[in-house]
Amino acid sequence: MDLAFTPEEQKFADEVRAFVRANLPADVRDKVKNGKHLIRDDYMRWQQALGKKGWLVYTWPKKHGGPGFTPAQRYIFENICAEEYAPGIIPFGTKMVGPVIYTFGTEAQKEKYLPAIRESTVWWCQGYSEPGSGSDLASLRTKAEKDGDHYIVNGSKTWNTMGHWADWIFCLVRTDSKAKPQEGISFLLIDMKTPGITVKPIIMADGGHEVNEVFFDNVKVPVENLVGKENEGWTCAKFLLANERLGIAAVPQSKRGVEALKDIARAEQDDGKPLIENQSFAEKIADLEIQVTALEFTELRVLSQMAHGGQPGPEVSGLKIRGSEIQQRITELTMEAVGEYAAPYLPGLLWQGTNEAPVGPEYAHLAAPRYFNTRKTTIYGGSNEIQKGIISKMVLGL
Amino acid sequence: MDLSLKPEHKAFADEVRAFARENLSPATREKTFSGKHYDRDDHMVWQKALGKKGWLAYTWPKKYGGPGWDVTQRFLFENVLAEEGAPRILPFGPKMVGPVIYTFGTEAQKERFLPGIRSSEVSWCQGYSEPGAGSDLANLRTRAVREGDHYIVNGQKTWTSFAHWGDWIFCLVRTNMDAKPQEGISFLLIDMKTPGVTVRPIIMTDGAHHVNDVFLDNVKVPVENLIGKENEGWTCAKFLLANERLGIAEVPSSKRGVSVLRKIARIEPQDGGTLADDPAFTAQIADIDLQVQALEMSELRVLSTMAQGGAPGPEVSTLKVRGSEIQQRIAELTMEAVGEYAQPYQPGMLFHDTNETPIGPDHAPPAAPRYFNMRKTSIYGGSTEIQKNIVSKMVLGL
Amino acid sequence: MDLSLSDEQKQLQEAAERFVRDKYAFDARRKIAATERGWLPENWAQFAELGWLGMAFSEEDGGYGGGPIETMIVMEQFGKGLVLEPFLPTVVLGGGMIARAGSAAQKEALLAPMIEGKKQFAFAWLERQSRYNLADVSLKATKEGTGWSLSGHKGVVYNAASADEIIVLARTGGSAREPKGLTLFVVDAKAKGLSRRDYPTQDALRASELTFDKVSVGADAVLGKVDEAFPVVEEAVDRAIVALCAEATGCMDAINAGTLEYIKTRKQFGVPIGKFQVLQHRMVDCFTNAQEARSMTLMASLKIDDKDPTVRAKAASGAKVQIGKSGKFCGQSAVQMHGGMGVTDEMAVSHYFKRLTMIDLMFGNQQHHLTRYSNLAMAA
Repeated sequence: MDLAFTPEEQKFADEVRAFVRANLPADVRDKVKNGKHLIRDDYMRWQQALGKKGWLVYTWPKKHGGPGFTPAQRYIFENICAEEYAPGIIPFGTKMVGPVIYTFGTEAQKEKYLPAIRESTVWWCQGYSEPGSGSDLASLRTKAEKDGDHYIVNGSKTWNTMGHWADWIFCLVRTDSKAKPQEGISFLLIDMKTPGITVKPIIMADGGHEVNEVFFDNVKVPVENLVGKENEGWTCAKFLLANERLGIAAVPQSKRGVEALKDIARAEQDDGKPLIENQSFAEKIADLEIQVTALEFTELRVLSQMAHGGQPGPEVSGLKIRGSEIQQRITELTMEAVGEYAAPYLPGLLWQGTNEAPVGPEYAHLAAPRYFNTRKTTIYGGSNEIQKGIISKMVLGL
Repeated sequence: MDLSLKPEHKAFADEVRAFARENLSPATREKTFSGKHYDRDDHMVWQKALGKKGWLAYTWPKKYGGPGWDVTQRFLFENVLAEEGAPRILPFGPKMVGPVIYTFGTEAQKERFLPGIRSSEVSWCQGYSEPGAGSDLANLRTRAVREGDHYIVNGQKTWTSFAHWGDWIFCLVRTNMDAKPQEGISFLLIDMKTPGVTVRPIIMTDGAHHVNDVFLDNVKVPVENLIGKENEGWTCAKFLLANERLGIAEVPSSKRGVSVLRKIARIEPQDGGTLADDPAFTAQIADIDLQVQALEMSELRVLSTMAQGGAPGPEVSTLKVRGSEIQQRIAELTMEAVGEYAQPYQPGMLFHDTNETPIGPDHAPPAAPRYFNMRKTSIYGGSTEIQKNIVSKMVLGL
Repeated sequence: MDLSLSDEQKQLQEAAERFVRDKYAFDARRKIAATERGWLPENWAQFAELGWLGMAFSEEDGGYGGGPIETMIVMEQFGKGLVLEPFLPTVVLGGGMIARAGSAAQKEALLAPMIEGKKQFAFAWLERQSRYNLADVSLKATKEGTGWSLSGHKGVVYNAASADEIIVLARTGGSAREPKGLTLFVVDAKAKGLSRRDYPTQDALRASELTFDKVSVGADAVLGKVDEAFPVVEEAVDRAIVALCAEATGCMDAINAGTLEYIKTRKQFGVPIGKFQVLQHRMVDCFTNAQEARSMTLMASLKIDDKDPTVRAKAASGAKVQIGKSGKFCGQSAVQMHGGMGVTDEMAVSHYFKRLTMIDLMFGNQQHHLTRYSNLAMAA
């Protein structure tokens, strides 16, 4: 057992840092550092740079065009990207549909879709939840009926993240209405430009637009866009969820978040002194930092098992639970640190990047919207209640 | 609405205080403040004094020999006694079986049993839980079979507090095996001296003996000891539980607990000063203090509804839930205040009046045992989980 | 970076598991706790034979060249069995301080026999007023000829009744609570002027109050340098904290396993109570808490050898905060889910609960270490 990096790992770390510094556009870095909202082009410029280097799909095995990182390299890569204020990689292509395609797809599908995902030339989004199917995903009703060599898709998806920027969507659709809920579902890839698709924004509590409803009205999808077998889409869905849960803990981002919080606490005044010298507030940050460390070492233990040939089990659900709670706590404490100046609501600054001067310090107006917005983390990707259900059943046998 | 006291209420409070100072033995009082265990005499001498004054059954209406107080008087009585260090009144007679008897009993039963309860000449205990019937009380299996003018009772009761001091026990027994669980239960009074009744101690984690198993082996009980109708005992049980839940919040004793905790914090040394100089610790006391105040106001709101002729509803379950959590937290903070000196186990100091000097300060020996023991408060009288189910079902309609 | 156990470490883990399984069934433990010493010499001899008493010491010190990971492995299993033998005071604290600060002669006289299982130690630092401040020491050692004379009081000294030598932290200079001016002395447990009041602790270990009335020791009783003991003590206590954290993770695993089993078998309302979602989610929270405790213990075990004392102290305090929090959660939840049975003496659950509670109180509770961690982390 050894926590220290080997010389090769150290060399790799230097390489990653040099790469990020050379390739992360300065304006994007600045936005991430200041907690501002990114637009499509910001993500694309960074992801395409990573794609060119072959690092965008850093979790993929070599044979599908991934770099074949060891768990230690993965850890190093994620941490350095976060430390250098790189935006998080959008997971829908790289971490979700990509692995589904290389695991369940045909050779033709792999050739057609994987390169664009690796290079970030196509933007994917996810069509899972429906108005009537949230935590109970298997009750979904969007229907795909076979008509010759096409499916005709009708229904609606909701909580679709960044669908307004997407080129393609992967969907769970019902292909057999008579089977048990889980057994009549298929996994379908749909071009967002197909006639009959409408995207309608959902405005969040912080005034932002990042999620949508997507309506399907007699949308014609070629049968070759089916991944895996018809009615066996639930297998893909479960595989994807397990894959997703590991990275969703967002430990590197949370480590960065704690450091940013400390900076704010050094800048904010309290009784004539920096807030960070307030013992009770400092202890709240300390408690959070300890939680992040605990989560990081839990993730490292999982990665270490994987390095020795183990597979991440359902206990990684625990990572998602704690990871999301920690993200929320960071935004909560940041808002507390800002105090009364968290109250002004400045949508222009938040959303349009106007040159308006902020009220109070630069970071202040972002604090409350981020706190409101981050409440989603314990809900999406399978709510924490659902994750506990999974652990209870799969790990504890209850 | 008025929180201030009328002059006659002030006079009443003074009268109660004078009575407590005159009648409460200094040794008993000392045990209260130091958190030691009482023996039988501590309870009995005090309860008999109250009985003589006509105050033991202070919640009873005048026509059954209660003092007929208004809710303000009750509130003052409970608070003054707690402040003066009186042991809590053992509820089994005056708060449990007494009201059941005067509500559901015959005239003969009232005449026979109520005076002994009012004067505390007769000690009662409660035969409800069984090994297989805890939270699911209606699952009880102790059987009473009618044979002429007697019932023959067989079975086992558990968690019976103070059965080893009890003269009588009130039991829920099954009189009809064929009916639905709740419909075949009867409420029976049993003399503990009857042949076939055996009491076996259960030793708690702190070494204390408060609770017992009670075995009933062909116990002959005269039919005139049945309260209410045969097979309608569940009605008595529900009435009793609702009655019990109100006082079980133990607000006055928690108020006393907070003030004792503050005293201990002022004594406990830390870094050359005392623990009371430590803002992290005093903030925790402040937090529990506020919780006690909120609970007290909630209880006063219920009492005020009752004063207007309303009955306490199922929402009193929340008082029990919060009350038990608060008692536990006070015990926990008290143990933390004592610190390393909570580690020595000193049963002599806990259970007997030895002349041994304590290890550490006088308040140290009971600190950890009390913390361990108080875990029971969220379990007995209907566990927190059961209370929440009641609120969920009866109040929220879920 | 690699967080997996080596083959030797896996064997050590299996051996410790086997010991606990063979010797520490719940009833067997109850019997051991009731003996006069409160632990079994035959078990101690077995520890020596298995090499556990020397595993964490360097080969130059007569040990087997392991380190904190080996200690973690064994302590975790000890936690599962609530093992009563005085490994922490003797090996981790006593042995640790002698290895760090002792002269060659002291190592030969004390450490070598300890590794062979022939000597036991106790560490006396706490006084009535100390709470968790390691420098709040007033027991005085004054020069007396070539040697020293010790007078004062020490409290809650684990294993003092069984120890051959008591390692005493005394004030030889400086003012109250000043880290400078503290000195460690190795005092014969039978020294004239040293009296004891022995007692069990809440969790069935043994401790004592010690009174020193002009106890005379030679100059060779000083462990390390006069007036310079504080860093030695702080490091030893940090190491003891990490070992305690490992013990606590073992306790948590055991208490969670017992509770899980109970809620699968205990039936109410016609079903096992583990079918109720409110208990399922609470059980999951217990599981997650134990995972976090294990992670922080591992982190601290890996960092406790760091040369930077700040890294070391942060690691120990961070782990202690987690163990306090997780131990309380798992302990309280286990009792709640066991219902009345959870507060009886007859069930194992209450004994794990008591041990977890006492671990939080030892060497600084959750709040104390949160403050310490915070002061170190915010200064950086």
